[in-house]
Amino acid sequence: MDFKDSPDEASYRAQVRAWLAEHAPGHELPRDRDASEDELVALARRWQAAKAAAGYVGITWRKDVGGQGGTPLQSVIFQQEEARYRVSNVPFAVTMGMCVPTIYTYLTPERALPMVRRAVDGEQIWCQLFSEPAAGSDLAGIRTRAQRDGSDWVINGQKVWTSYAHRSDYGILLVRTDPGVVKHKGLTMFYLDMKTPGVDIRPIRTLPGEAEFNEVFLTDVRIPDSQRLGNVGEGWKVSLTTLSHERMAITKPADAPGVDELIALMQALPGESGGTQVDDPSVRDAIARFYVNDMGLELLRMRAQTALSKGQAPGPEAAIGKLVMAKTRQDIGAFALDRLEQAGIAETDDLRIKPFRYFYWWAPGLRIAGGTDEILRNIIAERVLGLPGDLRLDKDLPFNQIK
Amino acid sequence: MNFEFSDEQESLRDQARRLFANAPAKARMLLEADAGHDAELWSHAAGMGLTAAAIAERQGGLGLGALELCVVAEEIGRSLAPIPFSSSVLVATEALKLAGGAAADEWLPRLAAGEVIATLAFTEGSGVWSTAPRGRVRDGRFDGIKTPVADAASAQIAIVSARSDEDGDGYGWWLLPLQGVAQMPVTAIDRIRKHAALNFVGTPAQRIGSPGSGATLTERLLDIAAVYVAFEQLGGAEAMLAMSVDYAKRRRAFGNAIGATQAVKHRLADMYTKVQLARGHCLYGAWALSTAAPELPLAAAGARLAASDAFCYAAEEGIEIHGGIGFTWENDCTLYLRRSRLLAQMLGHRSRWSDRLVRALIAGRAA
Repeated sequence: MDFKDSPDEASYRAQVRAWLAEHAPGHELPRDRDASEDELVALARRWQAAKAAAGYVGITWRKDVGGQGGTPLQSVIFQQEEARYRVSNVPFAVTMGMCVPTIYTYLTPERALPMVRRAVDGEQIWCQLFSEPAAGSDLAGIRTRAQRDGSDWVINGQKVWTSYAHRSDYGILLVRTDPGVVKHKGLTMFYLDMKTPGVDIRPIRTLPGEAEFNEVFLTDVRIPDSQRLGNVGEGWKVSLTTLSHERMAITKPADAPGVDELIALMQALPGESGGTQVDDPSVRDAIARFYVNDMGLELLRMRAQTALSKGQAPGPEAAIGKLVMAKTRQDIGAFALDRLEQAGIAETDDLRIKPFRYFYWWAPGLRIAGGTDEILRNIIAERVLGLPGDLRLDKDLPFNQIK
Repeated sequence: MNFEFSDEQESLRDQARRLFANAPAKARMLLEADAGHDAELWSHAAGMGLTAAAIAERQGGLGLGALELCVVAEEIGRSLAPIPFSSSVLVATEALKLAGGAAADEWLPRLAAGEVIATLAFTEGSGVWSTAPRGRVRDGRFDGIKTPVADAASAQIAIVSARSDEDGDGYGWWLLPLQGVAQMPVTAIDRIRKHAALNFVGTPAQRIGSPGSGATLTERLLDIAAVYVAFEQLGGAEAMLAMSVDYAKRRRAFGNAIGATQAVKHRLADMYTKVQLARGHCLYGAWALSTAAPELPLAAAGARLAASDAFCYAAEEGIEIHGGIGFTWENDCTLYLRRSRLLAQMLGHRSRWSDRLVRALIAGRAA
């Protein structure tokens, strides 16, 4: 048992570190204030282009589709080292994490390559048009219809929770092509230009007060059959390719406050009987509980990395990562705010306080996005522990007969 | 990065698992018996080298390390094997290794062979190991009552904390023979790991460690024991998880397996999650212990807290999933719940370890 890199890994890490030390500082977000969305996107495009030029985008993707042909462990090492800098990656998270892998999996390399390149170089952003007002956890219950018209498809319906749709050039779109068969069988995947007539994007303002998400209305949107990804009726299988990339992140976001920040905040607050709040046994109990979760996930990540370095794939166990991470952000935020009492009422910009509040507001969203706590527990119970599936009353019914 | 046990250590696990295969049944046979432990199982364990693993070769051991003991501790926890492995190998032998000196050279070879069983006799009816003792050593003889002492009926020697004139304001550690020492059995919360009160009257005491070093040694012993006990807890939690998942698949109610309902399966998912977090912390503790890393106090506290959470939750909720059958004396769930309580309490309560953890975190930030 040791934490050292193998010689190959160490040399890759050294190369990555040297490159980042030279290039990352010039692309960092401002430290003293929040970046505007325009700044965030502009910085992300420049950073993505710089990484692409050096061969650090699509590290694990095949070379013939614009990737680097590297190993999952190299990708992990790059992410670890990159996390030391405050660079902007969020605008490309869905593009790189979900959409591009789907595109190159289902299009010929000749067709995929130009699109992959424009994303890799930071020119084009993609979004994922999956969730609908009536289909969240039960994604296969989507209602957006696609009807064949000659060599085109005509699409009508509504999508929701589409991150960065308003900034996106393209999207991948899951629709129902056959309502007469069971729900998973009647779906098909397409990609579309977000400027196609009939695509109407409206921002959704969420709990924190921001509008990163959108709802997207699709009215008589015409897409050529050549933009289909996979076979007609196999959209569910294609969507699983996309979603398999979604839950890889195991540990907390780099900018989310953790135990260190909580200790610093508690040391800054006076205690009831002298000293500071960190001397209070109930505060120590809370810190210890958050540490067990956050450090536990960090250690789980090391175990996943061990599996990668032995050439094994991390399993669905990774589902516990988001489950624990999101709820811990909620609990640590609530604890910090609670201890601040009156000092935590004003929505201050004090940087010791603000991140706790920010992630407390975001936590309900984190607990829902990419699989609710309940769906993740189902995944653990069914795929890891082998327990029987939930009762699914609609599983043998054609979609148009589900009540 | 290699954050798992080696193939050799995993093969040691397989051997231990085979040896302890029907241990819960053997443990049950001891419940109402007078015997302190299963002597045949102990001699097989010693024959396999489990008692000698972490003792240096020059002291008659195999010269392996903490990682091997962690693997065996996990299997003891999983199987409830009714042998004094925890008291003698994981705690008392480690204490003797810490103190060193002539007593260690004298006794470690016999402990390695499994021909002598040792236990730790620190507490005097309340508190924890680190509570300052009242019992005194005068003219090389100890008078005092130590209780509850784990596996006292099986042990031939005990390591005792006590004061003498040489210890100043502090206290020291001594090694005492148990022959002729009066024992009163204590009906303990864990009926497999038997406990007793020991009444020492003029018992000859051999000092181990230097005068006044008891508190320092005990602090270090607590970190070491926390890691090994965390592995016992991890094994126990994994056993309860496996039993509960199996039961939830087989038991039917309302025309379906109870494990198909979210109320049950989500509880099991939470149990699995706590076990996985505990496993990560245990491995970190094992690494810190085996490399004598400066992170040991932090890693030990993290392992202890995570593993206590996992085992107590798995035992409590596992019985809930088993329903009425899990509440019966005949069901193994009750053995695990009792063990989970013993292990949660024996090294001190949760807040004590939260405090140790936060102190280590603050010291680490300052460094």
